[in-house]
Amino acid sequence: MADTGEGRKGKPMEDMEDMEDIEDMEDAADGFIALDGLEKVFDVRRRVGAFRREKRRVRAVDGISFRVARGEMVGYIGPNGAGKSTTIKMLTGILTPSGGRVRVAGIDPSRERARLASRIGVVFGQRTTLWWDLPLIDSYRLAQRMYRVPDARYRANLERCVELLDLGALLDVPVRQLSLGQRMRGDIAAALLHDPDVLYLDEPTIGLDVISKAKVREFLRDLNAEHGTTVLLTTHDLQDIEQLCGRVMVIDHGRLLYDGPPAGLHEVGGSERTLVVDLERETAPIELPDVPDVRVVRVEGPRQYLAFPATGSAAPLVARVAAAYPLVDLSVREPDIETVIAKMYVEGATVPEDRTTV
Amino acid sequence: MADGSPRALAWRQLCDGVRAYRLIAVMGIRSQLTYRVSFAVTAFGNFAATAFDFVTILLMFTQVDALGGFSLPEVAFLYGTSATAFGLCDLVMGSVDRVGARVRDGTLDVLLLRPAPVLAQVAADRFSLRRVGRVVQGGAVLGYALGAADIDWDVARVVLVPVMLVCGGLIFAAVFVAGAAFQFWAQDAAEVQSAFTYGGTALLQYPPGLFAKDLVRGVVFVVPLAFVNWLPALYVLGRPLPLGMPDWVGFLAPAVGAACCAVAGLAWRKGVRAYRSTGS
Repeated sequence: MADTGEGRKGKPMEDMEDMEDIEDMEDAADGFIALDGLEKVFDVRRRVGAFRREKRRVRAVDGISFRVARGEMVGYIGPNGAGKSTTIKMLTGILTPSGGRVRVAGIDPSRERARLASRIGVVFGQRTTLWWDLPLIDSYRLAQRMYRVPDARYRANLERCVELLDLGALLDVPVRQLSLGQRMRGDIAAALLHDPDVLYLDEPTIGLDVISKAKVREFLRDLNAEHGTTVLLTTHDLQDIEQLCGRVMVIDHGRLLYDGPPAGLHEVGGSERTLVVDLERETAPIELPDVPDVRVVRVEGPRQYLAFPATGSAAPLVARVAAAYPLVDLSVREPDIETVIAKMYVEGATVPEDRTTV
Repeated sequence: MADGSPRALAWRQLCDGVRAYRLIAVMGIRSQLTYRVSFAVTAFGNFAATAFDFVTILLMFTQVDALGGFSLPEVAFLYGTSATAFGLCDLVMGSVDRVGARVRDGTLDVLLLRPAPVLAQVAADRFSLRRVGRVVQGGAVLGYALGAADIDWDVARVVLVPVMLVCGGLIFAAVFVAGAAFQFWAQDAAEVQSAFTYGGTALLQYPPGLFAKDLVRGVVFVVPLAFVNWLPALYVLGRPLPLGMPDWVGFLAPAVGAACCAVAGLAWRKGVRAYRSTGS
């Protein structure tokens, strides 16, 4: 088609409604999950004084657009109240968007919530879908019937989940007696019994110990690799992202700040890791004129804190310190997400061009 | 979607709803049975509490021979139809008034993620078998009334009694659902609908002649509880309808029930779309 200005690639919003029937076909090109200028505005009423009330509009999600292809594993991060959960809730049909457009597998979530439900799996870290008073297995049997999963497939899926998530001994235990980590694994299994195309995880590792975290991560990695399940997860834990996701999106104040590989996050955010060195005795602040971008940020007696760019390796720095100073012990601290994002926000980082214009 | 006609869609949704209701209700009953003693105590309490309702009426009749011109069997007929209709509705839909709590703490999220109508899930949520007590008790009083009251039975009257119970249940259900829908905006408004449901049954257990005309107008034209039993029941008893209405108005109960359900359904849909969830 000749580009006459009318047949632009970027479709105007009004035309979207008429194109619904061909949307399923467009899926592959358009992204399995597609958001265009998605918005959610809440009216918050606050009591001011005894009788007066003040109404305030909060833009929890303020015009977010992105595409996720089938089989991608994407991290969705941001500080508390950034709009992560609100986005997930619009993607699953729990909340109705105030503006913009959202499609998951070609379905408008809030209008065809029930139809979408059988194609997605959702795990809320802080809210279980399991039946509190009944043995774990009962929740799974209910899920099988609710989602109309054929017996053979149900058995195969359950078997796989039980094996990989180590649930064998827990199936007959009432859910209220499970530990947080056990319940989380139980919840993840419950979300996967109907073979969803997309799995949303909201804080899947929150409150878990190191071993449980590792177990959950390993399982998600395998799921994505073997079944091609699209995974979208929100987290506060940068390690979740680094170990699992090839792509990360950062939002704050309801806007997308960054969309790209996790490594680039540090670049854009200009974040720094910290090398903590313990020396034999107190010395003057370490000086390494031949290693650029390293500076001492704090000195506590024999302990010194050196900041260096998170994009570089710690190895050469460690070697230089060890050669020049009486080194006793050392550790490396990762930058936490909050700091990275805070920095990004202050510096007004923008989304790379190629992601915003599809 | 293979079959997209609105009627087929509505039918499928109804079937899905009933199926989901059954699945969840069974889970609920099993959950409750893990606390057996508590179940037994509340079941008995529920039965006893509703039974006292009718004892009040019996006590009144030890002092008077007629209440608003109605004999004991006639009042029992009003009581029985109202209590049974309400009991049936309460058994099936009584849990919907808990939606406010789910809206407040955000646990409605979980229900919205299942491939089943939310209303069915909310209604089936913690389905309590002990509510059967109310139906049994209302049914017993109705049985007594049917035997003892002096009714001039014909085909229309025979048909009208079960129709009355079903339509009455639907009207109460509509009030329950509309009240629950309102809780999406005002989360602690469960008491508002209780005024109409529990208050309504109490009102309908007595002859309309006992109440002020404006109140009667209100339950005919505004919240049409009068169609639960008053209007059809007065026809069955061969009594004149209040406000000088003609006899055939009693036969409008099914239409009124259907209209109420439609309005409540729309309100519910609007409520779900207004759901705001909570931060997590």
